Amino acid sequence: MAESVTLTVNGVPVRVPAGTTIAAAVTAAGVTRFRRSVSGEPRAPLCGMGICYECRVTLDGLPHSRSCLLLCADHQEVRTDE
Amino acid sequence: MSSEPESFDVVVVGAGPAGLAAAAVAAESGRRVALLEGSPWLGGQVWRTSDDPVVRASRLHSDDPVVRASRLHLPRFTSPEPVQENPPTSHGQTPPQPARTWINRGQRAGVAVFPSTTVVAAPAPGLLRTDRGTDFAWRRLILAVGARELFLPFPGWTLPNVMGAGALTLMSKTGLPVRGKRVVVAGSGPLLLAVAAELRQHGAHVVRVVEQADLASLIRFGLALPRLAPAKLWQGLGYAVRLLGVPYQTGCWPVAAQGHDTVETVTLTDGRRRWTDRCDYLACGFGLVPNLELAQLLGCQLDPTGVRVSHRQETSVPAVFCAGEPTGIGGAERALVEGQIAGFAAAEREVDVARLQAARVRHQRFANALARAFALREELKALAAPDTLVCRCEDVSHRELDHCRSWTEAKLHTRCGMGSCQGRLCGAATRFLYGWELPSVRPPIQPVPLAALALPPSRSDLETHNPAP
Repeated sequence: MAESVTLTVNGVPVRVPAGTTIAAAVTAAGVTRFRRSVSGEPRAPLCGMGICYECRVTLDGLPHSRSCLLLCADHQEVRTDE
Repeated sequence: MSSEPESFDVVVVGAGPAGLAAAAVAAESGRRVALLEGSPWLGGQVWRTSDDPVVRASRLHSDDPVVRASRLHLPRFTSPEPVQENPPTSHGQTPPQPARTWINRGQRAGVAVFPSTTVVAAPAPGLLRTDRGTDFAWRRLILAVGARELFLPFPGWTLPNVMGAGALTLMSKTGLPVRGKRVVVAGSGPLLLAVAAELRQHGAHVVRVVEQADLASLIRFGLALPRLAPAKLWQGLGYAVRLLGVPYQTGCWPVAAQGHDTVETVTLTDGRRRWTDRCDYLACGFGLVPNLELAQLLGCQLDPTGVRVSHRQETSVPAVFCAGEPTGIGGAERALVEGQIAGFAAAEREVDVARLQAARVRHQRFANALARAFALREELKALAAPDTLVCRCEDVSHRELDHCRSWTEAKLHTRCGMGSCQGRLCGAATRFLYGWELPSVRPPIQPVPLAALALPPSRSDLETHNPAP
């Protein structure tokens, strides 16, 4: 069994294998809307490499964090759709 | 915040194949080398796995400064963990052999690796500033910043789960669950086959692969392959075998995606008829475009295919070199050759630069053939409906942009290209759709916390860290 880490996505605990990105953990938590566009559309990751900024979430209170470039760690708090 | 820059003989930006090779050979030549990489992974997009040494180091030490710094945006450095020759796996993968080889060579030669460190500005000659507020002084600079996928707007392309083709693979390699998911792979380029093979390996149900290029041009390309690059032929055959049973359709492309919260169906066409496939993901990319922002910021001249370089990979700016995809899309093997040439040139090992010229020319021929075979069809320019968004950051529609004659005019009348991605997506799209020039670049080239930009370089930095002439 691989090591795992536990974080929360919108207050719900999620356990994922170590090495998982925040973006993947958000999806694994069943969340499909990462952010809302300026006209209110739901958006989710597009490029997977930190270019498009569609995967932005709030991580430990820090807004505009690119979840596709960040690795999960224990006790992180992720909020989407902010 | 660091006001004292770290000083290096050679700074390499980007840790994909080109950057790893450049850093390794420059360090093996006795130069003091720094390798800066924006992501937490070494190997770039093409060699990304969930199990590379930096990732492993980070999770072995949950209090690792790299991890904490990347979360908190603190300007912290760490020296990388020693690389294991055969790291154990958690997602059932090991880093591809070439990646491990080059990472180990760099490690042994003493390359200083800085993951999760993005260059955002060049505040003075010979100086780079990162998103951590740290500065790096260089005598030789090697840009190995890779490429990104070309995304073209069509109705429904902003729906969640419509992703890049490479993007879905990258995310599945780092934990995105795709097992049992229905995936349509669409767009253009040899990447589509690799993507479909990878996704299948991760348990996805690949419904169909649609390539916009015609069968005739692919056959011409296929026939030329043994002459251009035998290794590529075997690679292609390998993908074909692993894809047995998955329809691969040429001369087909997506026209629209539909769904409520996420994509549910995609409409495809072969130019005559249309049909709709059910899918959980649409993995769609229309080939690759080079990352040019840093080269543009430094004033490097561009060619139609990328950064203009000499046979030594030197750009129009002296002491600034460029290697791999930014000089023209040609794949990992070409990037390895160009990266080595750049590393040797930066270390003034001209004999080795000369030794690699034949390989350089051969790979360039392959790149040219690739561009011809997968040239984008005109029909793709007509996919966007009037209300289809072209700029996803500021939600600017095709209707609003269609009558603009240039990027500048678009910016004056709309907010196109003025959002977080700074035109990285819509710049390439509008170039294809409307024939506009690429947007100009100004620092910071990535959004950064204000603190990272606050300190000007000190006077002594400017005096002592100018690049060698």
